[in-house]
Amino acid sequence: MADNKRIFIKGNEAISRGAMAAGLKCYFGYPITPQNDIPEFLSTELPAAGGEFVQAESEVASANMLLGAAAGGARAMTTSSSPGVSLMQEAISYLAGSELPAVIVNINRGGPGLGDIGSSQGDYFQSTRGGGHGDYRTIVLAPGTCQEGYDMMIEAFDLAFKYRNPVLVLGDAIVGQMKEPVTPWVPEKINNYGAEDWCLSGAKGRDKRLLKSLFLEDGALASQNIHLQEKYAALQAEARADVFACDDAELVVVAFGSIGRIVKSSIRRLRAEGHKVGLVRPLTLYPFPANVLEDLAKQGKKFLTIEHNCGQMVEDVRLSVRKYGDSDFHGHMPGNLPGSDDFVEPILARLGR
Amino acid sequence: MSAEQIVFEAPEIMIDRPTHYCPGCHHGIAHRLVGEVLTEMGLVDDTLCVGSIGCSVFIYNYLNVDAVEAPHGRAPAVATGLKRARKDKFVFTYQGDGDLASIGMAEIIHAANRGERISVVFVNNTVYGMTGGQMAPTTLIGQKTTTCPGGRCADREGSPIRMSEIIGGLGGTAYCERASLDSVKNIRRAKKAIRKAFEVQQQGIGFGFVELLSGCPTNWRMDAVAANKRITEEMIPYFPLGVYKDVTAEGGCECSESKEDK
Ligand SMILES: Cc1ncc(C[n+]2csc(CCOP(=O)(O)OP(=O)(O)O)c2C)c(N)n1
Ligand code: SF4
Repeated sequence: MADNKRIFIKGNEAISRGAMAAGLKCYFGYPITPQNDIPEFLSTELPAAGGEFVQAESEVASANMLLGAAAGGARAMTTSSSPGVSLMQEAISYLAGSELPAVIVNINRGGPGLGDIGSSQGDYFQSTRGGGHGDYRTIVLAPGTCQEGYDMMIEAFDLAFKYRNPVLVLGDAIVGQMKEPVTPWVPEKINNYGAEDWCLSGAKGRDKRLLKSLFLEDGALASQNIHLQEKYAALQAEARADVFACDDAELVVVAFGSIGRIVKSSIRRLRAEGHKVGLVRPLTLYPFPANVLEDLAKQGKKFLTIEHNCGQMVEDVRLSVRKYGDSDFHGHMPGNLPGSDDFVEPILARLGR
Repeated sequence: MSAEQIVFEAPEIMIDRPTHYCPGCHHGIAHRLVGEVLTEMGLVDDTLCVGSIGCSVFIYNYLNVDAVEAPHGRAPAVATGLKRARKDKFVFTYQGDGDLASIGMAEIIHAANRGERISVVFVNNTVYGMTGGQMAPTTLIGQKTTTCPGGRCADREGSPIRMSEIIGGLGGTAYCERASLDSVKNIRRAKKAIRKAFEVQQQGIGFGFVELLSGCPTNWRMDAVAANKRITEEMIPYFPLGVYKDVTAEGGCECSESKEDK
């Protein structure tokens, strides 16, 4: 399928193809705009490649089918958009509690409630704070280009199996719907990190296996939570960010996903005019690249967080830089599509202070 | 040694430990029947169990098979994913009436309708056992529970839902039978029903469903004998025993009460 020739495709298709390159075996989903290209693409391509495609009766069911396939050790995924992802939170909590690897793609649209079908980053809190019940975290990747959509699917499956944890890919309607050249590639080797040793495959010749999240004996849940928290702490090693023009910058803008990419255009323009501005674009939202920001804060830089929401990631930025400084915030309201012009004034205003 | 002779042994698949169920509860019998059928069908090594919520959440402590735990009501969806990932394995869910007929109504209907190659053991005791005896979708008219203390009233709470009748009517269902655990004769029949529901999965024909009318003496506030009597006298008339669908039978679907019961 992927023969390394550049192809001109939508972000949603790049995500679908990336998942298949990562060895996707089972897909479960339910239609919702603006991610429908993913199930539509996979409904033909995945069965043709020997995989399973199920249009579930709801997002509740898709996410639980995902849980079942993950328990069977398969590379499995579901995709949706905001209201659908809200319905998946129950199963995501169970996936995290039972330590099962799975990939969930959210092509974020405007909310709250039914919102609109336009782009938004309003699900940042839901993605990075758990979203469902209990003390758990999902790994969160944030693509800003179609190529990153492709690449991050391969990374998502790898991280899911490495840590036996659900991984969320948080795109948005811009990333999902725009078309760009993408260079497909296939990983040399798919590493399932010993999934054969814990997945359900029938207890022939060995002790039975049990995958569960109920821990009733005295202290058992506490031990499980200690174990999970240690895992989340170890995850910090996976934090990544795209750092652009920060060396001599007075002001560092922090923005993620498609907005980070639009902000980059604004910054290029401002740089050309001689303004000392740079950009940190977190590629992992959980674990958050706090060290990168802390180092920059130590150098006395000022910060402005720009998001396509009413102020969510800015809390993580503030936590990262708090020993040395603070961050301002500029929110572009969901329901309006931004261009690079929209960010020039807010950046200049912060620079001038 | 005494002169006592063992004439009856538990199948090897059953883990030798006391169950946590109340005296007179039928979950233990249902587990045993499932264990016997799996053993007799030679499926022990290839079985994947999907546990659910309710008193039976610990079924995985009693059967020596691989298992995963599903959220409340979602076992048919979890089983769908598991079977799709492991097509060569035998996958079954074990669910109570609150689990299957209330919160999990959508999941069971659609898994059956898709004809998922899974089997479902449905334990209907007309009440939420684990959470302390609240009303279930199957609670009989007039039955008192902690959330319908005056007795269930059709006008207020709706009528008890008959699941086998619904599942039997769906296209993907290959076998659907309602059986009961109130008497030795019915227990024997229940085992055959479980076997049929399991066989259609093995044959790759479609979805298998078996409903077991069961007692919850604790929440019914009765002793075990009275609970059995209640199944015979009150439950069976409302939930008729019999085969509701059998695509393996000559002439296709059968939707009437089994003749043997008359
Ligand atoms: C989402 C969710 N809601 C509620 C519960 C609480 N709960 C646990 S068991 C149960 C009822 C189970 O009743 P049933 O399925 O009839 O099984 P039984 O205990 O009678 O065997 C409920 C409501 C839960 N675990 N999850
Ligand atoms: S509460 Fe009812 S269903 Fe639960 S173990 Fe006791 S008798 Fe059985």
